[in-house]
Amino acid sequence: MGTAPASRDVTSYGMGLAAPLALFFLLFFVAPLLQLFWLSLHNDTAGLHWGLGQYLHFLTDPFSLGVLGSTLLLGAEVTAVCLVLGFPIAWLYQRIGPRLQTIIILIVLLPLLTSVVVRTFAWIVILGRQGIINATLQSLGVIDTPLRLLYTQFGVVIALAQVQMPLMTLPLITALGRIDPNLDDASCSLGAGSWRTFFKVVLPLSLPGVIAGCTLTYAAAITAFITQSLIGGGQMLFMPMYLYQQASTLQNWPFAAAISIIFLLAVLAVVSVFTTLGRLSRGYGGA
Amino acid sequence: MAETQGGRSLVVDAVTHRYPSGALAVENINLDIKGGEIIALLGPSGCGKTTLLRIIAGFIAQSQGRIIIGDDIVDALPPNKRAVGIVFQNYALFPHLSISENVSYGLAARGIDKATRQREAQRLLELVQLPSMAERLPRQLSGGQQQRVALARALAIKPSILLLDEPFAALDKNLRLDMQIEVKRLQRVSGITTLIVTHDQEEALSMADRVAVLSHGKLEQFGTPSDVYDRPQTLFVNTFVGSSNRMPGVVVSADRTAAKVRLDAGAEIIARPAGGALTEGGRVTVCIRPEHLQFVGDETGFAGVVGMSLPLGATVVHEVTTADGSGVKVSQARIGETRALENGAAVRLAPLARPSPTPFPQRFRSSHSPHGVRHDPQPPKPADHRPHPRRHEGASGTELRPGPPAGVRDLHRKLGGSP
Repeated sequence: MGTAPASRDVTSYGMGLAAPLALFFLLFFVAPLLQLFWLSLHNDTAGLHWGLGQYLHFLTDPFSLGVLGSTLLLGAEVTAVCLVLGFPIAWLYQRIGPRLQTIIILIVLLPLLTSVVVRTFAWIVILGRQGIINATLQSLGVIDTPLRLLYTQFGVVIALAQVQMPLMTLPLITALGRIDPNLDDASCSLGAGSWRTFFKVVLPLSLPGVIAGCTLTYAAAITAFITQSLIGGGQMLFMPMYLYQQASTLQNWPFAAAISIIFLLAVLAVVSVFTTLGRLSRGYGGA
Repeated sequence: MAETQGGRSLVVDAVTHRYPSGALAVENINLDIKGGEIIALLGPSGCGKTTLLRIIAGFIAQSQGRIIIGDDIVDALPPNKRAVGIVFQNYALFPHLSISENVSYGLAARGIDKATRQREAQRLLELVQLPSMAERLPRQLSGGQQQRVALARALAIKPSILLLDEPFAALDKNLRLDMQIEVKRLQRVSGITTLIVTHDQEEALSMADRVAVLSHGKLEQFGTPSDVYDRPQTLFVNTFVGSSNRMPGVVVSADRTAAKVRLDAGAEIIARPAGGALTEGGRVTVCIRPEHLQFVGDETGFAGVVGMSLPLGATVVHEVTTADGSGVKVSQARIGETRALENGAAVRLAPLARPSPTPFPQRFRSSHSPHGVRHDPQPPKPADHRPHPRRHEGASGTELRPGPPAGVRDLHRKLGGSP
């Protein structure tokens, strides 16, 4: 036996344990990403001339910028809807019995347990011209002509919000669960009403969860290709579909690559804003 | 401090609370607390003391009975309208707010302007001797400091009643004593009627003007610390507060002031009835505190064999096995030359004449006290004449803590008063 094991610091871990995953990432994530970046630096579709033409094209093209803007806006809207609907659920979850908690978790997780295609077609059935909502409202005499729900921003936001809800609710449940219930009582006994307690105590202390939930929801919403395309239809164009058209239909690979990089940077920018906020709020919470 | 709100009375009037499951949390509790008193609610965990505290604070609506603060019945008021200050066991400081903001939280809720709030917070922080901590966050403070902040925060709203829920449980022993003194000082200065919930008898006896002992949701005794310690009304109080030897015996004769009891261990002793009737020939459990037993040189008292001796510092505790096979603890003050007692030495023990032991009528097969002192009129069954089966003594009776607990003595000494 050598002496090496005895002198080894027990607190250090073999980095070799991470090697398989690192290799996997290197091969299937980092390498394609670099290739994508390399591709985006070409001015022609054949990939012969170097240049920043694709980026210039995107950044000076009002249509492209419009698509980027509406995609980022879509993410913000979905995140807002999820936050407003998810917070009460998470709050409720911390104040009910274990049996109801199980039911809530099941309902929250249900969208994740259904296939994305099935779920999306279900929304088409619900939102369509002859769909459940329109049929019901018409038979009740509330409306004469069917509402336009499908192929609208509203429809996409609603459908995405349903899918992404668990990504918002679960971090919120965790964050709210970490708040000492005595703080509620303390606030109340000091004379604060429910709203003051909520805004001064519960909300600030749940911020880490809010930010984690927003980051996840946002990132998932803007990249949700299938839901965006099927519910949005032809009229609504978002970045994933735009990218797909450029790459697949128009075979303009360098431009598609540039779109990806720009989209990636935009998403990273938004996420880093969230995480910065998260780091600032980490001063709260915890023990 | 010129808190005019201090010193309102608190009446707990026949309060009963039933859980949704139907189980009784507290049953028919009556407490009449004068303005400015410190009251301890003492009992083992699960006895309903915290439930009672939450009822008074308004977090739980009792099933029956009334809570009256001053002249007002407050049952209809939500907690945020009751002006009851609470210090929670874990302090429950707002972790994201500075100490100053924590203290002034209640004032902000009352819409008081910022300048006044800050001035008031500073005044209170000076009161609890933390004037330089205003800008820190709670987690930057030690446990004792956090508790001072919690106190300051509760006092800031000028509460009519101050409730402390196991306030010292999380502190180490030395700090606990300091904080007990601190709380008592603040309470005296402000004159606020104060209720301390605790399972720690030393804390209850040292802090409170009167102690309410609870067991299984019922009020066992409500009296001064010396009442509770020296004149326990129930077997539960006798064994829960301080430590006690429980010695079975038969009543030989009894009147209202004294009872003669023949112990199974073999002596006739004079005991002080706790109230209620003792009938001649009835079986009783006599509670004798370890410090009230003494070794005697003559043939009085009862015989025993010394088992183990534990020198605890100021006292030595001996475990003695009596003739009927049960064990008793004897606590001897270490004054002068203490007799060395070897393992296996034969001794005779007799209770001190005063304070007398207390006999409690036995219920069959139960060493637990009946509520109040109620005598079972039935003559004892023959089976009950055999030596009382040795109870598992570990629960409450045999903590080797003779005499007024050390903490109590220290506290009284530090306060410069007498019990």
